[in-house]
Amino acid sequence: MKRAVFLAPVALFALVIIAFAAGLGRDPSRLPSTLIDKPLPVFDLPAVRDGDVGLKTTDITGQPRLLNVFASWCVSCRVEHPVLLQLKASGVPIDGLDWKDEAVDGRKYLVEQGDPYRLAGNDRTGRAGIDLGVAGVPETFLVDRRGRVRYKHIGPISPDDWSGIIKPLMDRLRAEG
Amino acid sequence: MKRALIALVAAFALAGPALAVLPGEQLRDPKLEARARAIGSELRCLVCQNQSIDDSDAALAGDLRVILRERILAGDTDKQATDYIVKRYGDYVLLKPPFEPQTLLLWLGPALVLMGGAVWVATMARKRNPGDEPPPALTPEEHEQLLRKLDAESAL
Repeated sequence: MKRAVFLAPVALFALVIIAFAAGLGRDPSRLPSTLIDKPLPVFDLPAVRDGDVGLKTTDITGQPRLLNVFASWCVSCRVEHPVLLQLKASGVPIDGLDWKDEAVDGRKYLVEQGDPYRLAGNDRTGRAGIDLGVAGVPETFLVDRRGRVRYKHIGPISPDDWSGIIKPLMDRLRAEG
Repeated sequence: MKRALIALVAAFALAGPALAVLPGEQLRDPKLEARARAIGSELRCLVCQNQSIDDSDAALAGDLRVILRERILAGDTDKQATDYIVKRYGDYVLLKPPFEPQTLLLWLGPALVLMGGAVWVATMARKRNPGDEPPPALTPEEHEQLLRKLDAESAL
């Protein structure tokens, strides 16, 4: 009995240490989106590419797709870019939102790095991105056929992120009526 | 020397906190600007997460400061202006988390730990009392009694 009384604080301390250790492994920049299961905010952005239509909320509907937020000044977007190009080649529809960027710079970026986007809009002031709750680029939203956000990925999409997380979700959305 | 020291201390004492709020962002009306500052100092910057948007030099923090001032100029109350940003970025942007079922443990946790400690200390104290303390000394009458008993036994 006496031993239990003395061991209790030690056990409690061990529990606290385990909780702290688990907390250290979590990335505080990965915040949950407030938009999950809600429709995309309304925006109507001018084109990034020459002679293009730009990006309107009402156009982001019809089939499950990715909405990728990028910028020419964003370094990790360049890491993600080859993955996006590969997804495009395999038939995944991706729309692009060029956040806090000049359209000319966004255009140059797409010419140099390749263009994975179906529709692409320039959000120079960053307001559309802020309405989406974007804290940094890249961020990618998985949007269902009715234009509702179903998942948000923060940071570059790695091939593992795609095959392990996003593709299964997208397959499920495709199977939905 | 002494004068220089006094000047240095005075300089430090008078220095205010360096805010990242840019002159161009500020509202003309000092009352409205004061409200914007009060709200902004309670909102977390999404980029440098332990700073408020008033303290942060991040571009996004600047955008949020401008949006906050737009909302105030548009006639929003403090709560409406705060909610405008919370709606986009979630409760996480509130440097002081709201008191909700989800945050009960956060708010009441310290009190619970304190109470648990108090209970533990009380049980320990109560348990220790009977066994460990030396018995009280014998009163003279008891002493007498004891001696008589011992005498009686040795007489057998």
